[in-house]
Amino acid sequence: MREKNRGLALFTFFIFLFLLGPLLIISVTSFEPGTVLKFPPQGFSLRWYENIFEVEMFLKTFQTSMIVSLAGNLLALLLGIPAAYALSRFQFKGKSFLNAVFISPVLIPGIVMGFAMLKYVIITYQLPIYAGLLVGHTVLMLPFIIRVIASSLSNFDFAIEEASLSLGAGRLETFWKVVLPNIRSGIIAAVLIAFLESFNNVDISVFMTGPGVSTLPIQMLTYVENNFDPTIAALSVVLMIITVILMFIIERLMGLSYFTKR
Amino acid sequence: MKKIGLYLLLLPGLLFLTLFMVIPIAMTILSTFFQEGSFTVEGYLHFLTDPYFLKILWTTLQVSLVTTIACILLGFPAAYYISKLGPRKKGVLLALAIFPLLTSSVVRSFSWMIILGKKGLLNSSLLSIGLIEKPLEILYTPTAMMIGLIHLFLPLIIITLVGVMENIDPDLLKAAESLGASRFTAFRQVIVPLSVPGLIIGSILVFVGSLTAYTTPALLGGKQRVISTFLYQNAITLNDWQMASVIATIMIVITFIVIGLMNKLATKLNPKG
Repeated sequence: MREKNRGLALFTFFIFLFLLGPLLIISVTSFEPGTVLKFPPQGFSLRWYENIFEVEMFLKTFQTSMIVSLAGNLLALLLGIPAAYALSRFQFKGKSFLNAVFISPVLIPGIVMGFAMLKYVIITYQLPIYAGLLVGHTVLMLPFIIRVIASSLSNFDFAIEEASLSLGAGRLETFWKVVLPNIRSGIIAAVLIAFLESFNNVDISVFMTGPGVSTLPIQMLTYVENNFDPTIAALSVVLMIITVILMFIIERLMGLSYFTKR
Repeated sequence: MKKIGLYLLLLPGLLFLTLFMVIPIAMTILSTFFQEGSFTVEGYLHFLTDPYFLKILWTTLQVSLVTTIACILLGFPAAYYISKLGPRKKGVLLALAIFPLLTSSVVRSFSWMIILGKKGLLNSSLLSIGLIEKPLEILYTPTAMMIGLIHLFLPLIIITLVGVMENIDPDLLKAAESLGASRFTAFRQVIVPLSVPGLIIGSILVFVGSLTAYTTPALLGGKQRVISTFLYQNAITLNDWQMASVIATIMIVITFIVIGLMNKLATKLNPKG
């Protein structure tokens, strides 16, 4: 039996090598001093990290991505927290249908959603590109916000809320002073997960970007089409570091178990 | 609580989704049936009779199917191994599987461009050890897309399966063994059937994900089109929005057919009934 487990362990090791190896390789090549990506790199240099800051579009689109993800997140919270609260607090007719509606943006293929939004949000509704991008990302983030917050509300004991109400606090005051602080870590985790989803999004953004407005992943795609120098590798390392930091915070707040639930 | 309060909580989100998702999607689908004011299915006929379009659809389905099967074959044993580990090791391995999942698909596809390219890592190592004489042309082929997609979705199926396998009572395995089943038989007759619901959810995620992925085929597929890059090409490069809407509708229909079929299969195969 030990033998078989060892085989399985080795197999799993190779699976993780396959998953993480490419990310390691891209990290190592980012230190290449030459102008062509090589593995192993022919020396050690940080020039491509400097280059991130010299390519003006990267800074500009990083900024756009940040603003869109953060503002979209805020909007998704404003729309999502009340909905998540209603869906987990009350029993009512049509609840499972509404649940499905709020989760549905993840079921529609992203590329289809992007195209439909270009057609209607940008062209028919005539929203400016920036606003369209923001709206698109809000729709994208809403299901994540609602799911994570609903799951932390399901761990919340509503008897505490009843107690507060019976002691004379109003509904809003109770929500603000009792419910919200209790699910705070769930909300922060929801924000981070939604942020990563939005920040990395290509499918919707690729249709919603236009003259002068682009997001970082779209700019990276464009750059890769025309250049094959290690700048993207360096940028990838920066993005991966941000991902690790956010993952660490999510783990602290609610554990990574969110990801294993479907 | 009064009904009105409940609706007030749900209304803003619902309105937003209706305005910015439901109407755009519904109108996109509807628009495929009308041309110059009259009802038509010409767009679909055009799609379904053109060998070039059909080839793209076929390639997409093939790539998605192979990706899904490979993810199951690679992910299932790994997930089983992880689910058996102690909490500490399990946590580390899960974190290592979740990390790529949260990493940009642009970064992940780009890493495969470095590896699979003509002068890439794979070719240069194979050439230097003399295993091949000419560089392999992998990048910009369906194979490259499959590798990229397997890389993209393998973590998804692993963590989904670990989530399910964790909840299988280990006593069931012991019971099977004490009744005389070999370790492998016990695995086959206890773990596998009980993992089926998770396996199906995982397969839906991988299959639908591969079917609709854009970044990976766009970067690794080169001129090889799949349905999502074809949609983009029609919408942006060719400006043929009628065709793009037809493709979008076909993608939605396929997605829902796959989800529906797999869910049916799940209820059928679920040992709990």
